[in-house]
Amino acid sequence: MSYHVNEKGYYGQFGGAFIPEMLYPNIEELRQKYLSIMAEPDFKAEFDQLLKSYVGRPTPLYYAKRFSEKYNTKIYFKREDLCHTGAHKVNNTIGQILMAKRLGKTRIIAETGAGQHGVATATVCALAGIQCIVYMGEIDIARQAPNVARMKMLGAEVRPAKSGSRTLKDATNEAIRDWINNPEDTHYIIGSAVGPHPYPDMVSRFQSVVSEEIKWQLNEAEGTQNPDYVVACVGGGSNAAGAYYHFLDDERVGLIAVEAAGKGIDTGESAATSILGKEGIIHGSKTLLMQTHDGQITEPYSISAGLDYPGVGPMHAHLHTTKRAEFIPVTDDEAMTAGLMLSQLEGIIPAIETAHAFAIFETKKFKPNDIVVVCLSGRGDKDLNTYIDYFKL
Amino acid sequence: MNRIQAKLKEDKKLLSIYFSAGFPEVNDTVEIIKRLEKSGVDMIEIGLPFSDPLADGPTIQASSTKALKNGMHTALLFKQLKDIRKEVSVPLILMGYFNPMLQYGVEAFCKKCHEVGIDGFIIPDLPAQVYDEEYKAIFDRYGLLNIFLITPQTSNDRIQYMDSISEGFIYMVSSASTTGAQSGFGHTQEDYFKRIADLNLKNPQIVGFGISNKQTFTQATTHAKGAIIGSAFIKYIDAQGIAKIHEFVGNILN
Ligand SMILES: Cc1ncc(COP(=O)(O)O)c(C=O)c1O
Repeated sequence: MSYHVNEKGYYGQFGGAFIPEMLYPNIEELRQKYLSIMAEPDFKAEFDQLLKSYVGRPTPLYYAKRFSEKYNTKIYFKREDLCHTGAHKVNNTIGQILMAKRLGKTRIIAETGAGQHGVATATVCALAGIQCIVYMGEIDIARQAPNVARMKMLGAEVRPAKSGSRTLKDATNEAIRDWINNPEDTHYIIGSAVGPHPYPDMVSRFQSVVSEEIKWQLNEAEGTQNPDYVVACVGGGSNAAGAYYHFLDDERVGLIAVEAAGKGIDTGESAATSILGKEGIIHGSKTLLMQTHDGQITEPYSISAGLDYPGVGPMHAHLHTTKRAEFIPVTDDEAMTAGLMLSQLEGIIPAIETAHAFAIFETKKFKPNDIVVVCLSGRGDKDLNTYIDYFKL
Repeated sequence: MNRIQAKLKEDKKLLSIYFSAGFPEVNDTVEIIKRLEKSGVDMIEIGLPFSDPLADGPTIQASSTKALKNGMHTALLFKQLKDIRKEVSVPLILMGYFNPMLQYGVEAFCKKCHEVGIDGFIIPDLPAQVYDEEYKAIFDRYGLLNIFLITPQTSNDRIQYMDSISEGFIYMVSSASTTGAQSGFGHTQEDYFKRIADLNLKNPQIVGFGISNKQTFTQATTHAKGAIIGSAFIKYIDAQGIAKIHEFVGNILN
């Protein structure tokens, strides 16, 4: 069984491109060209060069000695927090800006939740000298103020999304509407492994550098390319897709996806899509999403803006349904506690999204000889205000 | 013959009006339909509100949100429409996003639409190919026409493909945009309307998005069989209430 996308754009029963006709020419152009553009030698060379000299790749695979001792197993951190701009998001935006240039686009739009993807997009637009507009929910603009300022410094325009829950879902709606209204000059840089085909696959491929590096780095450190488990937090699913990518079809490697349970699965304030979601369509993709009995998309909740999304990418919906990956919900409180613990045990302040992934060790037990790689998707600078409020620092 | 097909055979330019079910008040649906028919409207599109209407501009977003707040939902709409065919004979098209239909169950949804007397669907986020491969047989079984949207960017090949798998009309989106009222059409639109007319499709074309008054209605129907008004009508009933619907329609038709 393959867990990669098939030629029709589906992962099992999930995926596809359920888009209004207005978007068809853009999505179709992308679908026809993305693989051949990514395979061009000069595209690859430019992408690799920028990841190396601009993003700072390869990022370290760090053996976390104190953390491993605490949980009595061998734990490595894949340090995506050390990427330029502070999270894995930039791997995708570098790839997509090069794609946009080859497609002849002169205007970039993006959505953002935590602001990490917005910053990563604003950054590559500055680098390429291309106009950048980022849609961001009003609520997120308030709780991620430092990232809003960064986007502005980088020359991007930040447009507030004022509809619905005024978070990531609504920012995505606004970005899609912008694209409908500007189909010819604009490329939409989606920030996660979500949206209509080919986006989930394209984003996963750009992020796959994460697991590509894990393989050779682990080989150097442990003499094996394969860990026993790979752990990642899942919002839309891009850091997880990157960390899983080269292990997807090798079932000896366990995949663990950590979702935001918010205040708790049963509280009505949660974003644990795999548990609370049902199959349906969100943002052009057939996948699992949180919705009412009537098919209205519901407003999720998580303390972390980057996980506050009612859907999940179609690859992850498939990994969940087939049980290829184990999905574990983590509450706000558990994530915050893990974030503080990681800071004090290893000297790394994680993004709150990322902190969710580190909370599972309290409940999920591993064997002493297991090798567990955790994707440390981003750093916590952007979340200092939330940490300060929460811990009364 | 389906009521839409019969209407399209009439020798006149057709006016179709869109409204969001459950707006301005949750129980206005039947009254709006009756008044529209009485005012001389040729076809009616009933919008099934959705939380995330991607193809819609601010006006229809707001009316959908309000309708949902008012308590509109799929089963309630069917309940309101239960006896509609005892009162009106105008073609009724349900316009909605695909997810609420999926959750109701596509077959059950079609069956219910057939029972209450819906004649067809406009589903902006159901792509032609998926319809063709997975749902056409079901829609056909219940006598429901599926109406496709085309835009100035849609290739001739694709338009011809859609024409070949549909039996109602082609919904010509006036420009690359979400729904919303515009003040007028320029040469680009005129050229586009004409280009499509010259394709000699088997299905007539009806123009939508950006039609707001008599002038844009006349421009749009120079080369097309009819035109659809949505946002401008919603703005009107929001401001004037539903009692004056005949005035709005009169201003366009007379
Ligand atoms: C640091 C970090 N990790 C994870 C995520 C979640 O996104 P994804 O599931 O696409 O990796 C975000 C989103 O903003 C983020 O900023």
